[in-house]
Amino acid sequence: MTQAMPHRADIWNVLFGRLSLDALPFLKADTEGHILLGTLFVVLVGALGVLGLITKKRWWGYLWREWFTTVDHKKLGIMYMILGTVMLLRGFSDAIMMRSQQAIAFGSNMGYLPPAHYDQVFSAHGSIMIFFVAMPYMVGLINFVMPLQIGARDVAFPFLNNLSFWFTFWGAMLFMVSLFVGEFTTAGWLGYPPISELQPGTGTDYYIWGIQLSGVGTVLTGINFVATILKMRAPGMTLMKMPVFTWTALCTSGLIIAAFPVLTAVLGLLSLDRYLGMHFFTNDFGGNLMMYINLIWVWGHPEVYILMLPIFGVYSEIVPTFSGKPLFGYSSMVYATASIMILSYMVWLHHFFTMGSGADVNSFFSLTTMIISIPTGVKIFNWLFTMYRGRVRFTVPMLWTIAFLFTFIIGGVTGVMLSVAPADFLLHNSLFLVAHFHNVIIGGVVFGIFAAVNYWFPKAFGFKLDAFWGKISFWCWLVGFWVAFTPLYLMGLMGVTRRLSHFENPALQPYFIVAAVGASIIAMGILSFIIQIVISIMRRKEYAVGGDPWNARTLEWSTSSPPPDYNFAFIPQVRSRDAWMDMKKHGYQRPLEGFNPIHMPKNTATGVIVGMLSFFLCFGLVWYIWWLAAVSFVGMIVVAIAHTFNYHRAWHVPVDQIHAFEQSGNW
Amino acid sequence: MIGDIRNGGSLVMRRFLRLCLDLLFVKGVPVTDVAGTQYSVGANLSIKAHMPMTMKYFRGFLWSSLALLGGCHALLLNPPGDVARQQSDTMIISTGIIALIIVPVMIAIAVVAWRYRASNSKVRYEPDWEESPRLELVIWALPVLIILAVGAISWIGTHKLDPYRSLDRIAPGKPVTAATKTLEVEVVSLRWKWLFFYPQYGIATVNQIAAPINVPIHFKLTSDPMMDSFFIPALVGQVYTMAGMQTILNGVMSKPGRYKGFSSNYSGAGFTDMRFTFDAMTAANFRGWVAKVRASGGNLDRKTYNRLRQPQRHVPVKYYAHFQSDLYQRILNLCVNPGQMCMSDMMAADAGMHMKGMHGMRGHDRHMQAKPSMMTP
Amino acid sequence: MNSISAGAIGKITVPAFLCHEEPRAHNGTLLGFWLYLMSDCFIFGSLFACYAVLGSSAAGGPRAAEVLNLSALAVNTALLLVSSVTFGFAMLEMARHRKGAMLSWLAVSGLLAVGFVTLEIHEFINMIAEGAAPGRSAFLSSFFALVGTHGLHVSFGILWLIVLMVQLAKVGINEANVRRLRCLSMFWHFLDLVWVGVFSFVYLVGVLQ
Repeated sequence: MTQAMPHRADIWNVLFGRLSLDALPFLKADTEGHILLGTLFVVLVGALGVLGLITKKRWWGYLWREWFTTVDHKKLGIMYMILGTVMLLRGFSDAIMMRSQQAIAFGSNMGYLPPAHYDQVFSAHGSIMIFFVAMPYMVGLINFVMPLQIGARDVAFPFLNNLSFWFTFWGAMLFMVSLFVGEFTTAGWLGYPPISELQPGTGTDYYIWGIQLSGVGTVLTGINFVATILKMRAPGMTLMKMPVFTWTALCTSGLIIAAFPVLTAVLGLLSLDRYLGMHFFTNDFGGNLMMYINLIWVWGHPEVYILMLPIFGVYSEIVPTFSGKPLFGYSSMVYATASIMILSYMVWLHHFFTMGSGADVNSFFSLTTMIISIPTGVKIFNWLFTMYRGRVRFTVPMLWTIAFLFTFIIGGVTGVMLSVAPADFLLHNSLFLVAHFHNVIIGGVVFGIFAAVNYWFPKAFGFKLDAFWGKISFWCWLVGFWVAFTPLYLMGLMGVTRRLSHFENPALQPYFIVAAVGASIIAMGILSFIIQIVISIMRRKEYAVGGDPWNARTLEWSTSSPPPDYNFAFIPQVRSRDAWMDMKKHGYQRPLEGFNPIHMPKNTATGVIVGMLSFFLCFGLVWYIWWLAAVSFVGMIVVAIAHTFNYHRAWHVPVDQIHAFEQSGNW
Repeated sequence: MIGDIRNGGSLVMRRFLRLCLDLLFVKGVPVTDVAGTQYSVGANLSIKAHMPMTMKYFRGFLWSSLALLGGCHALLLNPPGDVARQQSDTMIISTGIIALIIVPVMIAIAVVAWRYRASNSKVRYEPDWEESPRLELVIWALPVLIILAVGAISWIGTHKLDPYRSLDRIAPGKPVTAATKTLEVEVVSLRWKWLFFYPQYGIATVNQIAAPINVPIHFKLTSDPMMDSFFIPALVGQVYTMAGMQTILNGVMSKPGRYKGFSSNYSGAGFTDMRFTFDAMTAANFRGWVAKVRASGGNLDRKTYNRLRQPQRHVPVKYYAHFQSDLYQRILNLCVNPGQMCMSDMMAADAGMHMKGMHGMRGHDRHMQAKPSMMTP
Repeated sequence: MNSISAGAIGKITVPAFLCHEEPRAHNGTLLGFWLYLMSDCFIFGSLFACYAVLGSSAAGGPRAAEVLNLSALAVNTALLLVSSVTFGFAMLEMARHRKGAMLSWLAVSGLLAVGFVTLEIHEFINMIAEGAAPGRSAFLSSFFALVGTHGLHVSFGILWLIVLMVQLAKVGINEANVRRLRCLSMFWHFLDLVWVGVFSFVYLVGVLQ
């Protein structure tokens, strides 16, 4: 479905492809144009402010040396978390736009977003929240925590880790650019054909290439994590002695390796249809759109668990720590995680029972879906019995965890309701469904991320987060979530469907207004989170903590806060689960001398450069600027090859440096 | 007052448990329930025998709780269409079964978290307790049992309420017989309107369907060119409509009235307005409606259809007294216009009948498609 | 594992918690590369699945039996399989540290692969000229996507091989290069395996129909 080039001299089309001034929506004199112009202004002012500050403070060199080119898993983890937070603001703005449009667009009031814009907003909201908020958060968490938990000094492939980050980052930037140059897809967050086939313009192409970039980054990360966990655990840490978070990281990474290539393939085929006029998913010439829908969900459902599993791991770390007890039923937890990993591959069709696949197929997938709730239920019991006969401390991470238990259980119930195929014929694509998946993703994943951030922040920076603002943020999120999504559940039961930009039945308006209020309460939760971070940074002296502020159980807490680049001066020798608790109990004393030089990877600029070139490659492909795409592609290959000619990618941290740090660190 | 609620509640629970037993056992087993009534468990492997009473109470229970939440009209908990109602029943029953485990667990979480708070030093503290094989057996077994029950409901319901399956009853206790007539409706979702053919009456309409009550309706659905989902919540659950493919839906309505229908799968800019009405009426009124369509409508031929299929929002109701007889089949086979080869012929060619000059064919002038009616049972 | 003895870290006796010697991960890269190959398997798996569904949708156009050229296929398959064997010889020479012989075998493998890709491109051009272009039908789209993706992999393998040969010539058979060569060898055999799948699933089944 290639789009016609603009009418102008050929040379311009060669130079700029289909990019022209008409493609800049903020120059248009309509509401959409004005909104975008305002947004652009804010973004530009913000960006210039940040860049100016960095320049004024002469931070560029520092940022380049210590952060952009870093191969340190901890710093990359933190960068992922920052990327996730920035994109959360973007994705949440989309949510606010949807909620306000739906709250006002009744009867003769058409709202302020015409369908063409509204449809882009919901597509962007979904895809950004999954690909550039939840995924970076997840990868960031695993990156930061997992190597520390297994007593390793870095991941198996540190350079690849840096490269993955930059792919993800530039994928996100491609999505951001689509806001101001061209448009975004209107085909929803999964880009279903025929819309994604028939839609002219750049929207779907931005979607495809942004996700391809982040997808490549994610697969490389998955490989990296599996190799790290299988090969680099501290001596003595057998698989059944690994912390549960590491177990979930392993299962998630396995899922990534098996699921993301399918996404890459299916989007690749979609781009063959769009760019070369092939017929995979077209209506005619033998194409079959059901193929797309099946394949994308073969990725899509495991993706849900790719997000959920590490979060189960987070809770499995937090509950024992704050209950002062080991996790109840460790083996159950591990088997439950592993069985979820496998089952998540056998349920994809429950996303389209209504396609008419027949009763036998639907029953099969309905049952597999329900079976997944068994190991999930087991996990809930495990956490419950971990608290039982414990000493539960209601810290901010623990509050998030308890709120998660309640919220997630409700999400689980509505999930089982949807998995009953006959019921799904009624509930499919309704606001009930929308409420359900927000229930599990916000109530599960987002709550877990906030729990994790509050839990591991002291480890990353050496000071705790402010508990007061943490609790304000928590309550805003919890209350806001229920205020926003209860009306959606109810309207779903009334038969209101999703993705509507205008309503005729005035009786629904109060529900949407309540939902909008809920969204604004969540907005306050996000604001409080930012305030919490700012205040904590300001009071960092006051909130400073040692290596183990929570009296925790796993190895990451045996290091200084923040840990040194090399993590462990001596690699721990693990004797049991909860290795750090074991060390504390048995009179461990930290050695202060006798160090050896430590072999560490060197920083490299290759990831930054290849990542940036990949952005230009994709931008060229989106706009049909073929020379740019070709030059960037060749550039990427050349830089990558040049990188392989460097055989000296490691160095040894000298003993006196280790000695100095081990004497002074924040333990 | 409180007594009433208690009685009502226990009755609901009793009916509910009986229903669950009913679903779990396939062979008829005589069972005496709490009230002393003897009946046969699961004699017919279905929900229907005890459904009306049970569901009435259970629904009332849910209704009252929902009314507290906002007094909404939760159509999907109480749809008038017989099939939708049975689908809704599976939802309500499975929710009830899950509640059996969920409610105690939620209470337990609250109680445990509070009772074992750090400041409460009076309760027992076992800092090393981490395993209990017996307890773990229970925590695996409980969800397994619940899922067995819900799974059975889903399995049975999925087969019984398969949209492709012809109806076996018009209403509870009124089975479909050889004499029962079925209304045939052929549906095409267009950008962004609905086209309905009535092959038995030779009429077609846009954005309005009418049907006599207590008559099974057999829908055949396709689309041109988007993917939509045909949904009349009051009548029956939805099913997708896809270009070049046909899906099937069966439903029946018992109460006259005007109900809403719409597309519930996003299909582009005009998706929001893709609504239609479903008018259920008495047989006599339906005959009158058909006469009205015949009297006031124009002719739907290829030319009119090509105009109609252009993307358009807010399309008013339209009536056609006649339509080109093979139009629906041609839409389904993507060959409305002359020169387009129908998919059915294409299939035959692909299946192996040798065509002449195959190698020389390279133009895209012939509009083709391979898989007709993939979804036809 | 030598552990720090109690004396080294203080006066009191504590159990050994730390390793004195650096534990080293063995073959992490090979495992990682193997994982990458597995992920690639899923890409090919998706393409095979597409071909399985769409392979008979010729949309009235040419069907598999009419466009697939078995004699070219035979030559192609032979080239690729033999290149796997010669790559194996190269690996044996590497183990014996005979750089010259190793490089020669690598060059032979590379040339065979170049022959494979050239023949494949030639076949593609022929098909397109006969009207069996990828845009003609879903069958042809899925055929070109599957076979083309494999061809792209082989081409990438050739580029990698050239770079690695330069590095081997320049730096010699050191640890890093051995590791890389092992990875490339896995890649090479993997592509062979995928080709066996393409060969049986697309060509043989297609022609038999």
